[in-house]
This record gives sequence, C-alpha cells and structure tokens, in this order.
Amino acid sequence: MDNKHSNPGSGLAAWGFLIVLVVLTFSTIYFFWARTWWFPESITELGRRVDAQFVRTLWVTGLVFFLSQLALAYTILRYTSAQPGRAVFSHGNTTMEIVWTALTAVMFVGLGIAAEAAWSDYHALGPAPAHSNPQIVEVTGKQFKWYFRYPGPDGVFGRTKLELVRDDLGNYQGVDFDDPAAKDDVLTAELAVVVNQPVQVTLRTLDVTHSFFVRELRFKQDTVPGLPITMNFTPEKTGVYEIACAELCGLGHHQMRADLKVLTPAEFEQWMREQAVYMAPLTGVEPPATETPESQPQP
Amino acid sequence: MSTEGHHGAHAAPTGFIRKYIFSKDHKVIGIQYIALAITAVFVGMFLSLLMRLHLAWPTLELPFYGLMTPEQYLALMTMHGTIMVFFVLTTAPQSGFGNYFLPIQIGAADMAFPTLNMLSFWFTFVSFVVMLAAFFVSGGAPISGWTAYVPLSALGEVAGPGLGWGQSLWIVSLAIFSGASLMGALNFITTTLDLRTRGMSLMRMPLSCWAWFITAILALLGFAVLLAAGILLLLDRHAGTSFFIPGGLLVSDRVIDHKGGSPLLWQHLFWFFGHPEVYIAILPGMGIVSHVLSTFARKAIFGYRAMVYAMGAIALLGLGVWGHHMFQSGMSPYSAIAFSLLTMSIGVPSAIKTFNWIGTLWGARIRFSTAMLYALGFVSIFVTGGLSGLFLAQPSVDIPLHDTYFVVAHFHLIMGVAAIFGMFAGTYFWFPKMFGRYLNEGIGKVHFWLTFIGVYAIFMPMHYIGLSGHMRRLPDLSAYTSLADLQPVHLFMSVAAFITIGAQLLFLFNLVWSLLRGKKAVSLNPWEATTLEWTIPSPPPHDNFAGLEPVVHRGPYEFAVPGADNDYTPQHLPEVRAAPAHGDD
Repeated sequence: MDNKHSNPGSGLAAWGFLIVLVVLTFSTIYFFWARTWWFPESITELGRRVDAQFVRTLWVTGLVFFLSQLALAYTILRYTSAQPGRAVFSHGNTTMEIVWTALTAVMFVGLGIAAEAAWSDYHALGPAPAHSNPQIVEVTGKQFKWYFRYPGPDGVFGRTKLELVRDDLGNYQGVDFDDPAAKDDVLTAELAVVVNQPVQVTLRTLDVTHSFFVRELRFKQDTVPGLPITMNFTPEKTGVYEIACAELCGLGHHQMRADLKVLTPAEFEQWMREQAVYMAPLTGVEPPATETPESQPQP
Repeated sequence: MSTEGHHGAHAAPTGFIRKYIFSKDHKVIGIQYIALAITAVFVGMFLSLLMRLHLAWPTLELPFYGLMTPEQYLALMTMHGTIMVFFVLTTAPQSGFGNYFLPIQIGAADMAFPTLNMLSFWFTFVSFVVMLAAFFVSGGAPISGWTAYVPLSALGEVAGPGLGWGQSLWIVSLAIFSGASLMGALNFITTTLDLRTRGMSLMRMPLSCWAWFITAILALLGFAVLLAAGILLLLDRHAGTSFFIPGGLLVSDRVIDHKGGSPLLWQHLFWFFGHPEVYIAILPGMGIVSHVLSTFARKAIFGYRAMVYAMGAIALLGLGVWGHHMFQSGMSPYSAIAFSLLTMSIGVPSAIKTFNWIGTLWGARIRFSTAMLYALGFVSIFVTGGLSGLFLAQPSVDIPLHDTYFVVAHFHLIMGVAAIFGMFAGTYFWFPKMFGRYLNEGIGKVHFWLTFIGVYAIFMPMHYIGLSGHMRRLPDLSAYTSLADLQPVHLFMSVAAFITIGAQLLFLFNLVWSLLRGKKAVSLNPWEATTLEWTIPSPPPHDNFAGLEPVVHRGPYEFAVPGADNDYTPQHLPEVRAAPAHGDD
C-alpha cells in the first residue's frame, strides 16, 4: 500500500463521528421533546388525532434514529484499524436479516395502518357522519387571492359565468345575479364561520392549482382547475387564523393569504349583516341600516 | 484464458477530437459526464447561494443584481431544482461513475454500444445548454418549480413571467435529457447482461454494478414517461391540444380556450417518473457506498444477497408509490391509502440496507480514508433523511407537512445530500485509478468535516420550521404574521449554507491541484481492494484489460479470509484451495 496517510488521525476521525452524531441525536431529541418549534395548537378534533399520529411516528422514527446513529458511532469508534489482527470474517447472518426485516415491516406498515383512521375521517370516507346543519361555503382561489361565497338563506349557490367576472365591481367569481338563487349569495374576502358548527367547504379555482391551507385546522387541500372538491371541518376555538396558499401558483404566490374568523353565533350574525353593505352594488338590494363596520378589509 | 477481444472493443482513436470530444471510450464519456455534473453543481449551488442570501436578508441589494423580485426568486428556485436533480444527481452517480467503472468492474472492454454512449452524452450536453438558455430568453427562466405543475406551466406568459419561452425551453431540454437517459439506460442494461467476463456471475458483481443495473431499469421505465409527458405539455402549449388544461379557466382576465384536460394527469405522469427519479439519484450512491465501506472496513459486506434484494425491492416498490406526492392533490383518497402502505413498505428494504451497513462495520478494521469518511457520512445522512419520509408517507400526517419546509428538508437530505456523499466517496476512492494521482487526503478531510456538519446545520432546522407551518417556495414571508418568528432560523441556515458552499471550493481546488500536482498512485491497487478495476493500470488503457479477458473466481468482497496471505483476496486470483488446474468454474 503506497498510500499510508489513511491511518494517522484515525482515532480523531472516529471521535469526530462520535461527537457529531451524539450532538445530532441529542439536539434533535431535545428540539422535538421541548417542542421548541411545533405545530400551532389544533382547533379541530381531527387535528388532534393527526398530531397524535405524528407523535406516534415520532416515537418509532426517533427510536430508530437514536439507535442507528449511535450504533454507527459506536462501531466506528470500536472497530478502527488500531484494533489488532484482521476483521471478523463473516458474510452476514440470515437470522438477524429476517428479524430486522420482520421487525421494521411490522413497525412501519403498522404505523401506516394506524394513520388511516384519521385520513378516512378527514375525507369522510366511512359511513356518512352526522354533520348536522353544516355551514356551507364556497372557496375560490384566483391568482393571488382567496374569495368566499355563502349561499344565503335559500342554501343554494347561484350560477356563475366566467364572462361576468368583474374584479372592479367585486364580482370575483362571476356570479350571475339574474339567477334567482344568486340574489341572496354573499361574496366575501374573508372566511367567517361559527365555532363548533361543522363547515362544508367546496374548493374551486378559476385559474391554476392553489392549495387551501389552515395550519390550526390541520387542513390542506389543493384546489384543482375543473374539479370542485367538497370537504368538512369543525373549528372548536374562536379566533382569527391565517389561510395560506400552499401550492406554488405564480409570482404572487407568497401573498395569497386570507383570514379565517371563527366567531360566536352572535358575532357571526353581525358579520353577515355587515357583508350586505358590500353586496349592495352587485345585487341592487339596499342593506339594512346598521353601524359602519370597522374590521372589514376591502377586497 | 481467452485472448480474443471483447464484443464492443474498438481500436484506440488517434485524433484529439475523436479521443477527447466525440469519444466512444466509456472512460472518456464517464469523465465528460462528471465534468458536466461538476459544472452543473456549481451553477446550481450558486443559484441556492442567491436564494439563501435573499432568505437571510430579504431587503439586501446585491451588486449587479439589485433587490430580488419574487419572480426572480422563483426562477432561481425552479432552475436550482431542475439543474440539481437532472444534471447533477442523474448524471454523475449513474452516467458518470457508472460509465467509467461498470465495464471495468465486470471485466468488459467497453460499453455494449459505444456510439450510443457517445450520443447519450452529447444529447445530455445539448439539453444542459438549452436549459441554461432559459435564463436568457424574454421573460427569463420559468417560475413553476421543478415539478412544473399544470396549468401554471401550460398556459404560457399569461400565467406569469418566465412561463413563455423560458418554460418551453425547460420542457424541450428535459425531453432531450429523457432521450439521452433512455439511450444510456439501454446501454447499461445490455452491458450488464451481455458483457460480464468469465466467472462474473450476477451474484459476483460488485454492489456498485448492481446499483447501476437496477438504476438503468428504473431510468428506462421512468424517463420514457417523462418524455411522453413533456411532449404532451409542449403540444398543449403550442399546438392547441388540451391534455392537461380543463375548460372554464380565467387567467389574468382572459378566458382560456381549452377544454377537457386534466391537471391531475400531469401530476400522475410527472410523479410516475419523479418518484423513481429519487431512486435513480440515490441507488448508485448506495452501491458506491457499499463498495467503499466494505473495502475500508476490510470486511465482507454483511448480507450481500440481502443488499441486492433490498435494492431490487426499493426499485420495484418505488415504481408504485408516486401517489404519495399527491395526497392533498384532489386524487381519490382511497388510492392514497394504497400508495401510503406501499410507501411505508419501502422503509423496510431501506432499513435492511442501513442495518447491513452497520453490520459490515461490526467487527471491522476501519481505515479512515476520505472516501470512507464520506461513505460513513452517507449512512448517517441516509438514516436521517429516510426516517422523515415515514411521516410524509402517511396521508393524515402529510396534511400539515405537505408543501412545507419539512418536505424540503426530507428530500434534500435523502436525495440530494446522500447522493452527493455517495459521489464524493466515489471521487476520493476512484480518483487515483482514473487519473493516476491521489486527491489530497488532508484537504479532503477538512472538506468532509465542513460538509458533514454543514449539511446537517442547513437541513435539520428546515424540519422544525416545516412543523411550524412554513410553506416552501415563498420568496417573501411578509404576508404571514405567523412566519415572522422563523426569520432568525433562515439566517442560521443561510450562514451554514455559506460555510458549506465555501467548503466546496476546497474540493474544486483539490480536484484541480491533485490532477496536476497530486501524489502519484504507483500501486495498481492502493486501497488493497478486491475488484477488477484495481488489476489494471492507473489510468486504465483504452481497452481496459489490454485485450485479455479477466477471469473471476469469487465474490466481490472477500476480506479477512482465514488462511489467506493478505486480508483481501481479489476476484481475479485463482482459487488456491481448489484444484489449481481448473481455476475457472
């Protein structure tokens, strides 16, 4: 061997691996354990179940991570060429192969099966859940804004036409107000819902693929051109949350944000009355006289 | 022993152009691929440097560049991803090292189809030029990401800057690249099946050869689909077809005159290629690392057959899991369950590989060459990057994590960094064989430690900000109050990235300096390795084995054989304990 410089410093290299891998494993465990960075608190039952499955996965992967990294560090330190004699002559061990193959198969696939219950509920795949009287809302993505529509007292959305889209008038979805069902539709630039009441959203997009993402709901669903998608969630805590676009949709993607307001029933009634002011130019119906709203952002 | 020339052998060319430019010699082509990948990796890294500068200091005005606009950021991001995935991770580990060492390791004089081999490199080269040209056309480079989701990528300039000519060039480039990869894949498969020397049964091949062989099969199946998808997308853009664009779209106040297409079709086609592509990038690394690990552990690979089967299983399962990229895409939630369980199953062969690598080290006598440091680092990174995949493989856990930095952390570690560690291991290991000189081990070790610590410092925090809900592909965080707290983490990651990128300049210096001034590799077999590439001169002659057909007598990793003179027993040595008159089987 004419290359002798592979051995000096071998002790140093082995200790280097030990230090790096110990720092890596313990800092990782610390950050996950202390939850230095973590999901924002979930405001849905489903979200808590997603979190629980995340934590189960964290335990399994954490264990494998800890044991593998430290086993690697240990073997590197223990079996350097400074050891006397030759390496052990061995081509493996079939029993061990079978044991760890079976073990990981049970662990990983078992974890996968455990994850399906929450998924099934998220998409309401099981027997129809008793979503009594859901609040119905239509969500429309459009470069680079979110728009919302409520069907009004009749519970039916009016028809839409692309030619009727007029951003300057606030008719972002192109609602055809000649349609009787459209007369009471309410178009808004923020999503307000009632706490503890199921919400049924139909997700649409007028142009490219977006993704409707609310962290606290543990809800993320792409809006697919030509494919309206209907899903449910039930928020359990009042507050204002951020609706994000999670799918790259063009140069203004990072600005595509709206508010989700989870309100008490009384607050919601008030909010809905305020929307009438903005609907007046579109529907021609004068709003009932109320005090001027303060918090409504101009769309 | 047979003395007749190999199928595929050809006379050494004499002119400069035939020898070094339009060469049909697999070794020259391998080096051409590696040179292309090194060029591409520095371009890709420079783009990430600009992005990391912007993410650390969003209001920074760069000299000659000014303040970065959102579309510039998205163009950098798209091109960074595309260049790294295709022109680095697909070219160097497979076409680069594979081209150079597959024929030698199986005892062949060249690849099965030398002319096809030359064409596949030059197609790749043209493809790279076309890709870079996207920066310089009107509108600039595309902003639709390396996944080019439709309809954003299908509608043209109306959907945003860079989506006109830039996007078209991007698609044309990848179509050419796909053609090149198909030619390469055919060549690798045929070479492995047909050109193995006497005694080189499939189960005696080095694990690197197994990895290149399996990768070639994946490339053949994957790139065929990408090529088709690219052509359909081009037709949608320029011929008025509607494969991917549905009716009823209104973009920038214009009603789009398309109907009947499906955006999900693009995603299915893209990921049918895109997921196997992850394994195309990482499998050669696994093979090279297994090879290097066994050599410097001075110990046989633990469970050689299990390693081969595990790679086969990863490839086979890898063809059926593309839907895990689409859990939140609007695809049927029922199929998500099937994709999820198949994906979780890939964890099993991946774990087998990891345990077998650690098993190889158990009872070893480790020699800490730089190549070995990178192989050991690979194992650590592979574990870390692989385990985060188990979160993303579960559709319910994927809900909050999809399209966040958690995903960015996962695929950079497993697909990017691990694959690059495999390449570094291969470079430090094979450099003396390829050029007759060593890379400097001292610089190499500094390079390793800076890179190893650096990549963890860059990518571990991305998991945490992903958990916090930080979406990927955001040029600017100012719209989201919830993300403001995460800005210091970006600063930390950027500083780590600057140091790591700086360390790569050491590598570049080492490469150039060692080529000219490096210590000469006098011995044919400086690492005391067992496989055929160490039986021929450094650098090898044009026809590798000087017209002789080597004969192989044993498996590839016979180290520390009891009773043998040395602690390594090369594949070509005749059996000493069997009847000497019948050396071959």
